[in-house]
Amino acid sequence: MTDTRDTGFIPRDRAWHPAPYHPPYKTSVKRSPQAALLSMPSTLGEETGPVFGHAMLGELDNDLIHNFAQPGESAIGPRIVVYGRVLDETGRAVPNTLVEFWQANAGGRYRHKKEGYLAPLDPNFGGCGRTVTGEDGSYEFRTVQPGPYPWPNGMNDWRPAHIHFSIFGSGFAQRLITQMYFEGDPLIPLCPIVGTLKDPRAVEALTAPLDMNRTIPMDARAYKFDIVLRGRRQTFFENRMEGM
Amino acid sequence: MVQPLNYLRESPSQTAGPYVHIGCTPNFSGIEIYGGDLGTTMKTGPVKGQEITIRGKVYDGMGVAMRDALVEVWQADGAGLFPSPAEKRGRADPNFTGWGRSPGDMNTGEFTFKTVKPGQVPFVDGRMQAPHVSFWIVARGINIGLQTRMYFADEADANAVDPVLMRIEHQSRVPTLLAQPESDGTYRFDIHLQGPQETVFFDI
Repeated sequence: MTDTRDTGFIPRDRAWHPAPYHPPYKTSVKRSPQAALLSMPSTLGEETGPVFGHAMLGELDNDLIHNFAQPGESAIGPRIVVYGRVLDETGRAVPNTLVEFWQANAGGRYRHKKEGYLAPLDPNFGGCGRTVTGEDGSYEFRTVQPGPYPWPNGMNDWRPAHIHFSIFGSGFAQRLITQMYFEGDPLIPLCPIVGTLKDPRAVEALTAPLDMNRTIPMDARAYKFDIVLRGRRQTFFENRMEGM
Repeated sequence: MVQPLNYLRESPSQTAGPYVHIGCTPNFSGIEIYGGDLGTTMKTGPVKGQEITIRGKVYDGMGVAMRDALVEVWQADGAGLFPSPAEKRGRADPNFTGWGRSPGDMNTGEFTFKTVKPGQVPFVDGRMQAPHVSFWIVARGINIGLQTRMYFADEADANAVDPVLMRIEHQSRVPTLLAQPESDGTYRFDIHLQGPQETVFFDI
């Protein structure tokens, strides 16, 4: 079999990603496939994917402080800006791609009917937002820093503060969900979900640093979170055309 | 020493967690925002081809239907064309999005996609693949999104020569990828994460 095209995705490094079966994260035990995955090259159906334009976005979609708040109100909690770029493994920007994010409120409580934590809901905080990357792959949103919270796994497991991210890319095989952690959070090394990552550099790759240069004085601190999606194989000719 | 290759590493996956619906289908979760959830409608007008409904459940290793999964599909239109700027073989049906997202029924976990039966799309070497729909499944306890494909049990001739199905070492597992037609234009496709019926998942 010869693949005559030059657009296939670089294979995923499964040892870098979390192992599906990770007993310290108890729910993974019965939700992890046990047979080997079937390897195959990406085809047009994995190299294409849905396209979402900037036009579908509402003005407050990337402002979690206000997008669920009553008029004149705002969410309670430490105000932050989260910003970064979506790139691929070859370092190219991933433009015009949908990025969705969701999180607990500043007290560590999600707005969800199955959520049982005793911390209160914030009537002005929904906990979700979305944006579409710019031509240079950049994105940003405003929110409040989520609180850590206890969860039923071990008898005393706490999630570090985190924001969930869903990213599309240009091909369905790039589809990714991950979580962003905050620099300096002492719960990071204790968490069984973070512990699904074997390589300390993988944890670092999901830990956002404080960026005082992007802070908005007297308003919000800033955290930088770059996201890398799978890259495509490139030919010499493709590179030349790009450079010319 | 040699020069570094300087590739970036893909951001590692983390589980979508129990509240994935807040982020991906907030209106389903009771958070009314955006004017509606994405991916609920794959047909935006009259479409070409055979209209079908795909229904199924995702079962965990204890055989329990999961109610906290999020399932997405991506597929070609009735003529085998993708609604994508990267589609160079022709123009896809303008009333078909190709992409669907289902949070599953709140009580039963059953996912539903009202779509069209896809046409055939070539494999990387030019051979035709049997009609199929790409699936992506995330949930609490799933540490990296699961990729699989749904084929159609009533396409036996095409399935028999499908380049991907033929790669499956244990051919007894092929039926885990076959959706079964029901009487009313519905195809049933259940996904099993573990056990004797474990679905074939892909590393694409």
